[in-house]
Amino acid sequence: MQKLVNDPADVVAEALRGLAAAHPDLRVDHGERVVFRGDAPVRGKVGLVSGGGSGHEPMHAGFVGAGMLDAACAGEVFTSPVPDQVVAATRGVDGGAGVLHIVKNYTGDVMNFEMAAELVAAGSDTEVVAVVTDDDVAVQDSLYTAGRRGVGVTVLVEKLAGAAAEEGRPLAEVADVARRAAASGRSMGMALTSCTVPAAGRPTFDLPEGEMEIGIGIHGEPGRRRVPLAPAREVAEMLVEPVLGDLDMTGGDEVIALVNGMGGTPLIELYLMYAEVVAVLERAGVRVARNLVGSYMTSLDMAGCSVTLLEADDELLRLWDAPVRTPSLRWGA
Amino acid sequence: MSAVDAAAVAAWVREFTRLVHEQRDELTRLDAAIGDADHGTNLDRGTAAAVAALGARPADDAAAVLTTVAMTLIKTVGGASGPLYGTFFLRAAGALDGDDGRAVAAAVRAGYDGVVARGRAERGDKTMLDALGPACDALDGAVAAGRSLEEALGAAAEAAAAGRDATAPLVARKGRASYLGERSAGHVDPGAASAALLVQAAATALAGRG
Repeated sequence: MQKLVNDPADVVAEALRGLAAAHPDLRVDHGERVVFRGDAPVRGKVGLVSGGGSGHEPMHAGFVGAGMLDAACAGEVFTSPVPDQVVAATRGVDGGAGVLHIVKNYTGDVMNFEMAAELVAAGSDTEVVAVVTDDDVAVQDSLYTAGRRGVGVTVLVEKLAGAAAEEGRPLAEVADVARRAAASGRSMGMALTSCTVPAAGRPTFDLPEGEMEIGIGIHGEPGRRRVPLAPAREVAEMLVEPVLGDLDMTGGDEVIALVNGMGGTPLIELYLMYAEVVAVLERAGVRVARNLVGSYMTSLDMAGCSVTLLEADDELLRLWDAPVRTPSLRWGA
Repeated sequence: MSAVDAAAVAAWVREFTRLVHEQRDELTRLDAAIGDADHGTNLDRGTAAAVAALGARPADDAAAVLTTVAMTLIKTVGGASGPLYGTFFLRAAGALDGDDGRAVAAAVRAGYDGVVARGRAERGDKTMLDALGPACDALDGAVAAGRSLEEALGAAAEAAAAGRDATAPLVARKGRASYLGERSAGHVDPGAASAALLVQAAATALAGRG
């Protein structure tokens, strides 16, 4: 597998250097590997902190800026950030109105953010609330698993909660928006190829030519089933139907739809998939009120896509339309 | 008989570090089967950093040694193992009161309880608790029966190894392995394997003390 790297061990640090050079309106703490919006902390505004393993770009650093995140912590590739990073991010965005942690549901991420919140509580009176995203319907949410994984809905939660925070709303309300958005969204992904972690140098799993993995996780975790490659039309059904089933949607509902690329799939295929997704939704009587098509939460070089649907109401749509100015999501600002 | 003092606890950590380094590839191999193939690498990096931290900042009481180890592991291991092992050492430090076998058993029990709380897991979930739990029981039982710390830790190490081996047929219910469901059965849990090394290291390093 050929990669544009120098030393595989330096990938995260060197990518952060490039991010800092490309976006001078962000402030990058290279020691802690935290990306801040340039004017953080914003006085009187709830600070939003997210983070996770690297390799999912633009998630999360690409969503730092006005109307979205105040800081993002970059862990090693596919490895959760450590509590010190989250503590540094939390302190750096505390404008006096408290801090919201947006955490994807993975055992390591949840524990490291929890420990960070305890360390912050022990050393200051900054109020921290955490909201965990767990939208991947490929995993059964039961006592017998670590719970559903946090995937595509995280992008939407960061946008919606970021807009609520930018309006100057208090921590409890911003957290409520985040929780409501997280509870209203579900996702399902698929892979056409594996991904290759730079330090490992070989594909994470084997996926033979002519087969695809339905229900793949963003680190290459196994999905629901492996099936022969099918036309995009059928793939759209395999992804959308379990999501609709889980959301228990009925005719007349409106959604924000995200068709997300896994990193190695060209936009032409994502648009083609979006058309198929809209067709499936139309047959189900579900209307797409807003959409996002592109690679927003990737899995390194994996080819494939995921579909996220978020049942939207007027308030969530208004927050969605609010201005946002980040490297990878910007409108109205 | 000499006490379980700062030097003894530091020796325990060094022995654990040595075993982790020696077993690094085996731990990673176990993790590759049902997880994400980084347990040996991450723990090797973290324990080496803990030993370096103890060298740079020698502490004169045992609880301070445990705290330094905890903070270093939390900072350097990452993933789920960092917070879990960090919590074990942090809670053990908080509970350590005395330098005899009874104090060691109480500290290890507090560390175990911390891991239960942090991981929201229980025995039988196919995690490090399946090695640590039986070790705690054996240690408590032997100390209560008036046996020496050396004998008690020997029994604990045996119990931990048996607990580790008994994870093989289990279906994982916590952590990344749980996504595999039934497919996680047939593999020893890497966390239970490293936890067994922690207890084995105590048996070796603390022999003749307490």
